[in-house]
Amino acid sequence: MTQLVEPVVEYTSDEMMTVQAARALANGTVCFVGIGLPSTAANLARRLHAPECVLVYESGCIGAKPEVLPKSIGDGVLAEHADVLVSVPEMFAYWLQGGRIDVGFLGAAQIDRFANLNTTVIGDYDNPTVRLPGAGGAPEIAANCGEVIITLRHGTKAFVERLDFVSSVGHGEGGDHRSRLGLRGRGPTAVITDLGVLRPDTVTNELTLVSVHPDVGVDQVRDATGWALRVADDVEVTAPPTPVELDVLRRLQSA
Amino acid sequence: MPAGFVTLDDAIATHVHDGDEVALEGFTHLIPFAAAHEIIRQGRRDLTLVRMTPDIVYDQMIGAGCASKLVFSWGGNPGVGSLHRMRDAVQNGWPQPLEMEEYSHAAMAMRWQAGASGLPFATLRGSAGTSLEHHNDNIRTVTCPFTGEQLTAVPALNPDVGIIHAQQSDRDGNVMMWGITGVQKECVLASTRSIVTVEEVVESFTPRSNGVVLPSWCIDSVAVVPGGSHPSYAHDYSDRDNAFYSAWDPIARERDSFNEWMEAHVMA
Repeated sequence: MTQLVEPVVEYTSDEMMTVQAARALANGTVCFVGIGLPSTAANLARRLHAPECVLVYESGCIGAKPEVLPKSIGDGVLAEHADVLVSVPEMFAYWLQGGRIDVGFLGAAQIDRFANLNTTVIGDYDNPTVRLPGAGGAPEIAANCGEVIITLRHGTKAFVERLDFVSSVGHGEGGDHRSRLGLRGRGPTAVITDLGVLRPDTVTNELTLVSVHPDVGVDQVRDATGWALRVADDVEVTAPPTPVELDVLRRLQSA
Repeated sequence: MPAGFVTLDDAIATHVHDGDEVALEGFTHLIPFAAAHEIIRQGRRDLTLVRMTPDIVYDQMIGAGCASKLVFSWGGNPGVGSLHRMRDAVQNGWPQPLEMEEYSHAAMAMRWQAGASGLPFATLRGSAGTSLEHHNDNIRTVTCPFTGEQLTAVPALNPDVGIIHAQQSDRDGNVMMWGITGVQKECVLASTRSIVTVEEVVESFTPRSNGVVLPSWCIDSVAVVPGGSHPSYAHDYSDRDNAFYSAWDPIARERDSFNEWMEAHVMA
């Protein structure tokens, strides 16, 4: 493993995760953005390398350009400078289901080895240990976007062997299950956490650790994963956040 | 108040009855809080509450004992966390048990559209493979008669009462809203009866690029309630009260603090 030598800048693992998630968004991408971590990363990308990204929020905002991070999915700052505002039925029917979104950017409470997501309930559905908000827009975002990028913090409560509830389908039971279900998009292509980056295997679609963030060991990622984690033969080390990336992120978060 | 307008308490007393299916819509923006508080004050019971995003507004109605069933697609306090009153009703049956009927946003949006269109059901792509269909008998499949493709089918949404908040009415009772307009047009058109609260009455509407106008003849009652969407917001009239959304979390966490707050701010 090789590591680039950069000037020493202190940063948190959350900042590393957000910066790496932002890097995953190419300029010009039309991106359906979930609230929270995905929204922070997408807005960071738009301020760095991807100024022409089109940010789409399910409340009906297409081409949102918020000056400060939105607290919720329908904040006024999202509507203020949007290219166009549409109704929620139009958003889901014409823009999402119509296949006009390149990337869906999602978070989750739980994920399994095939990048299926749970945002609904932990424990029994009728007698839950933890009742989460529910599916929201995620099932159809995961189904219909060209591809899906997921960002969440690593840990054995989040990376679980079996989901109690499948809110959104990633690669289903693996292999070609997704296309057999009739889901049109490619599904999850990357899972970016505070420890590293996982990508689906090209055949089985099982999540595979392909890079670790600086100062994170592969065993540490294994320990934070609730199943026997597949690891790539040649695990790379993520480039640490640059001073510019950190500066822009911190100004975004403090605004 | 111009002729044809009613007070909010009259509108609720006339249109909202115990046991009704009632939808209060507004996607983060223009949430009809004042109408919800009036329903609470009038002591309506056994309501089926419909809303894509039951946030604080339904936490208050559920905690106040208005609801026996919730139909929804995302229930939380946006950017803050859980709805403690909703959770207490689901997990402990306090103040009464709450049945849940849960969809995705896309399914709810299409249900609204079918309801407004006078169709019995809506089709969409997407829910295949999720657990939603295992916990909701209303999520089914239908075969396209042209291609043979299997699609998800969900029933149309046609509540007894639909309630929204908008920025303006003119003197004839036509209503205009703008900014994020969510499913509010569909809510009014799909519901058997409808109530709209507005910020103010104007002589005439200013054309706006994404303005939505609902003609007076598709609305049953219009009531003038300035600030009627607080703590959500009305674009060009008020900002979202983010501090209140945060403050709600500790208020709603315990039954006593919830009851005290409701007594002081809603019932008084």
